[in-house]
Amino acid sequence: MNVEGAVTSDRQLVRLLQMGVVLEEVVEARASKHYESLAADDDAEVDPAIAELLADARAESADHRQRLEGLIDRFDADTIPFDRIQGLVEERYSQAPPGSFDDVLYDQLHGEESAYKFYDDLIAAVEESEAGFDVDRAHLLSTLAALRDEEEAGVREVTQLMSGEP
Amino acid sequence: MNGADGYLKSIYLLCREADGPAATGAVADAVGVSPASANEMVGKLEAAGLADHEKYVGVTLTDEGIRRARAALETYCVLERFLATALEVDAYRAEARQMQPVVDGTVAGRLDLIVERRPECPDCFLVDDDRCAHLVGPDDGSV
Repeated sequence: MNVEGAVTSDRQLVRLLQMGVVLEEVVEARASKHYESLAADDDAEVDPAIAELLADARAESADHRQRLEGLIDRFDADTIPFDRIQGLVEERYSQAPPGSFDDVLYDQLHGEESAYKFYDDLIAAVEESEAGFDVDRAHLLSTLAALRDEEEAGVREVTQLMSGEP
Repeated sequence: MNGADGYLKSIYLLCREADGPAATGAVADAVGVSPASANEMVGKLEAAGLADHEKYVGVTLTDEGIRRARAALETYCVLERFLATALEVDAYRAEARQMQPVVDGTVAGRLDLIVERRPECPDCFLVDDDRCAHLVGPDDGSV
């Protein structure tokens, strides 16, 4: 990433952290809707592996959101309320619900991959920056790296499930 | 999205407005860099097969350049709409420009799930205002 892609101010960093919160909230809200949607289908029983995946995704996203909010708090800035994003997700979800188990898995994969890409780019943008931030740089980078690694593990889990590997 | 995509977006919009090549000086103004920086990037885009540059005429995009530019413009629209509607940021244009080089199209694709972008995007983008045509509300342009 070039210098143009560096994070240059606290304000820009906070906006990107807020974007991270929203990405996690979208995963959390869509995982809930997926489960409701699959469970409501009387003709098909929810695969226990998919049910577990969705439950794990909800829990992990909630945890990631809280860790991001811990960073945002240090800037004395506001987070983005979950119910606001949940409302936006539900509004759009009803217009294009998943048609099958595969659609649900692809959506989960997309969520994990985009979160991984987001954290990876943000880490590069912070490392590229010469700006001083109102948060300890080492703590910021280690938190983001841990989140990125967990998203990477999530991508592997969904991929394994899609390929039928144990 | 990286820095090159910001240039592609500006060249695409300038060519659309002019219905012909874009002057590199106008590209520099649109991106907010010096003419020398714009010339350097145009050379890189040409080397990558994304643009054609003719001296004293201007720069146009190849088919692949146009495809990338439209994708970049859609990402930019997602960012503006995300900032304006989900985060309720008043200065959404200025902040979208700042975030543009850091946010990849994959990430924007995820945000697109909540921003209600129009099917005609990016053809409805307002070049003079540098914003999504369907966004209303305050934007003082400052950060």
